[in-house]
Amino acid sequence: MDGLPSFILDNPNFWLVTAGTVLLSISSALVGTFTFLKKKSLIGDAVAHSVLPGICLAFIISGNKDPLWIIIGAFISGWISILSIDFITNNSRIKEDTAIGLVLSVFFGFGIMLLVAIQHSGNPNQSGLNNFLFGNAASLIGKDLITFSALSILLVITVFIFYKEFKLMTFDRQYARTIGLPLKLMEFILSTLTVLAIVAGIQAIGVVLMAAMLITPAAAAKFWTDRLFYMLILAAVFASLSSFAGAVISFMAPAMPTGPWIVVVISLIAMLSFFIAPGKGIINKWWRKRQNQLKILEENILKTFYLLGESGAEAQKGRSIEDLNRRRPWKKAVLIKGLSRLKNQGFLVFRNGHWYLTKIGLSKGQRVVRLHRLWELYLTEYLKIAPDHVHEDAETIEHVITLELEKSIMNKLGFPELDPHQSKIPYTN
Amino acid sequence: MDSFWIIATASLVALSCSFLGVWLILRKMAMLGDAISHAVLPGIVIAFLIYGSRDNSIMLLGAGIIGVFTTFLIEFFHKKAGVQSDASIGVTFTWLFALGVILVSALAGQVDLDQECVLYGEIAYVPLEKTYTLLGYDIGPHTFWLMFIVLMINILVIGIFYKEFYLTTFDTEYAFAIGMSSWVWHYVLMSLVSFTTVASFESVGAILVVAFIVAPAASAYLISRQLKQMLLLAAVFGLSASVLGYYLAYWIDGSIAGAISSVLGIQFILVFIIHLIVRKSNVKNSNYLEKELLSQKAN
Repeated sequence: MDGLPSFILDNPNFWLVTAGTVLLSISSALVGTFTFLKKKSLIGDAVAHSVLPGICLAFIISGNKDPLWIIIGAFISGWISILSIDFITNNSRIKEDTAIGLVLSVFFGFGIMLLVAIQHSGNPNQSGLNNFLFGNAASLIGKDLITFSALSILLVITVFIFYKEFKLMTFDRQYARTIGLPLKLMEFILSTLTVLAIVAGIQAIGVVLMAAMLITPAAAAKFWTDRLFYMLILAAVFASLSSFAGAVISFMAPAMPTGPWIVVVISLIAMLSFFIAPGKGIINKWWRKRQNQLKILEENILKTFYLLGESGAEAQKGRSIEDLNRRRPWKKAVLIKGLSRLKNQGFLVFRNGHWYLTKIGLSKGQRVVRLHRLWELYLTEYLKIAPDHVHEDAETIEHVITLELEKSIMNKLGFPELDPHQSKIPYTN
Repeated sequence: MDSFWIIATASLVALSCSFLGVWLILRKMAMLGDAISHAVLPGIVIAFLIYGSRDNSIMLLGAGIIGVFTTFLIEFFHKKAGVQSDASIGVTFTWLFALGVILVSALAGQVDLDQECVLYGEIAYVPLEKTYTLLGYDIGPHTFWLMFIVLMINILVIGIFYKEFYLTTFDTEYAFAIGMSSWVWHYVLMSLVSFTTVASFESVGAILVVAFIVAPAASAYLISRQLKQMLLLAAVFGLSASVLGYYLAYWIDGSIAGAISSVLGIQFILVFIIHLIVRKSNVKNSNYLEKELLSQKAN
C-alpha cells in the first residue's frame, strides 16, 4: 500500500470504487468458471459484444445513462444474442463458431452505428457513453456503483445457491437427468447469470474485453486444482487481484481505460499459471519428460555394459566410449552426459580411460536385460506375437515395469531359462 | 467524388474479407479469424510508433506477422499446456488486444490513433488522404490503393493455390496422401487473414473486420451448393452491403463500418428466412412423397 500516492488513499471514493470493481470481477469469475467448464467460453465473448446495441437503444429511449435502463437494455440484447446463436445452429448447417462470430460482429457493428449516431446527435447526456467500450472504473460512482454492486452480490449468492445443481449439470449430465434435475431450467439460469455478469461488468471493464473476465480467471485456476470449489475460490482471487490493479491505475491515470489493464494483469496471472503451475504447468511437464529421458538413457547405458560383458569376457571389464558405441550408437555428448551422471550415482567408475560397472551398476544393468527378455517371452507366450516382433515393444516397456510387476511376470512364466531368441534370462542369486 | 472513393475502398475491403471468410468458416475457424483481427493491434500500434505515418504500407504488413504469431500461441497453449481450445483462443486474443489498447492510450500524443479508431476505423477520412496522380490525373487515395493491392494478393494466392486450399479443406486425408501439408496451407491462410486485417484496420477497425469476414460467407454458405458459387455469392453480399451501408450511414449520420455490418446482418436474416421457408417446403414435399410411397405400398 505504501507505494500508492496519498491522494489516492485519501480519496474516499477510491476504496468504494475498488471494492465495487473487485465485486464485479468476482461475480464474472464465478459464473465464467461454469461456462468455461461447459466449453462455452466464446459464447461469453459474443454476449459481451452484443450488449452494446442494447445500451445504446436504452440511452436513445430513456435519454440518460440511468444504470437501471442500461442494465435492462444490455440484458435484453445479451439474451437475444444467445437465442440467435442457438436458433442459427439448430436450424441450419452453420456451425457454432461461425454463428458466434456472426452474432458478435453484427450486433457489435449495429451498436457502433447507434453509438456514433448518438454522439453526432449532440445530446449533452451522451458524454461518457463510450466508457462502456473499454470501461472506466473511476466513473463508477453514486447510483451506478450501488446498482452494479448490488447486481454482483445477487450473482454471487445465486451461484452458491445453485452450486450443487450447476456442479451436477457440468460434470454428470446423465446422473443429473436421472435424479430429475430440470436441466433446461438450469441452463436457462446459467445463461441468465452469464448475461447478468457481463452486464454488471460493462462500466468497469467495458464490453470489448468483458469476455476475458469470464474466461481467463477460470483458465488460470484450472491449472492449480481439480476441485470445483477451490477452482471457484482461486478464480475469484485472481480476478480480485487484477481488478484491484485496474482500479488503482484508473485513479492514477484517468485517461487510461480500465478494462485493458485488468485484462493484461489477469492474463499475466493465467500465462504464469500455464508455465509454472505444479503438475499441469508447461515447465513441470517438460521437467518430468526430461527426467524420464535421462532415466531411459542411463538404463540403456547400463544395459549395454551388461550385454557387452555377456557376449565376451566378464561383465565388469573396462569399456571405452568406442566399445559402447559399437554396440549401440549414441551421440557422443549424450553418451558422456549419461556416463558422468551414472558415475555420480555410483553405478560406474572411471579408471585409466575406461569405464567399469560397479556392483550395483551390474545388478541394475542385469535387471534391465532381465525385464527386456521376460517381456519378450511374455508377449510370445501369452499374446502369441511372433518372436521377431517383440523387441521394439520390450525396448520401451523395460524402463517402466515396477518391482511388483516384475515379480508377478516371473511367477506367471515360472522363472524361465531362455527368452524367445534363446538368450539366457539373468537372475540375481 | 468523395462517396465514390469511400464506397470503392469499402468494396475492396469487403471483397478481400469475404473471400477469406469462405475458407475460414468452411474450415470451422471463424473464431480464429476473430482472434487474429484483435491480436494484430499491438503490432499496428508499434508500426505506427516507429514509422509515424500511416503511409508506410510495408511496415503495416510487417505488423501482420503478429497475427500469425497469435495462431502459434493459441496452438502452443492448447497443445503444450493443455488449455482447452476455446479458452486458449479467448485468453490469447483478449490479452494481445488489451495490450494494444493500452499502447494506444499511452501513446495518445505520439501516434495518430485513438481508441475509437481501433474499433471501427475511419473510412470516412479516406478521401482526405494523400492521393496519387498518374500522368496528371488524380487516381485516388492511399488506402484505396493499399486495399486494391491486398485484394490482388488475396485473389492471386487463392486462385493459384485453389486446389491446395480446396483439398486441405474438404478432403484432408486425400490431401495428406498426395503429400500436401495441411499445416502449410493453414499458415498461408492465417497469413492472408492477418495481412488483410492489418491493412483493413484503418478503414473498418479491428473488431468490425470480423463482420466483413464472417457475415457474407455465412449468408452464402446457407444457399450455395458449390464452393465457387459460395465464393461468388459472398462477394455479391459483401459488395452490395458496402454500397447500401454507406447510404444508411449517410442517412442516420452514423459510423460507415457499423452501418455496413448492420446491412450484412440484415442480409443474413433475409437469407436465413428464405432458407427456413425453402427447408420447410422441402420437408412438406418429402412428407408428401413419403405418403405417396406408403399408399403405393399399401395398394
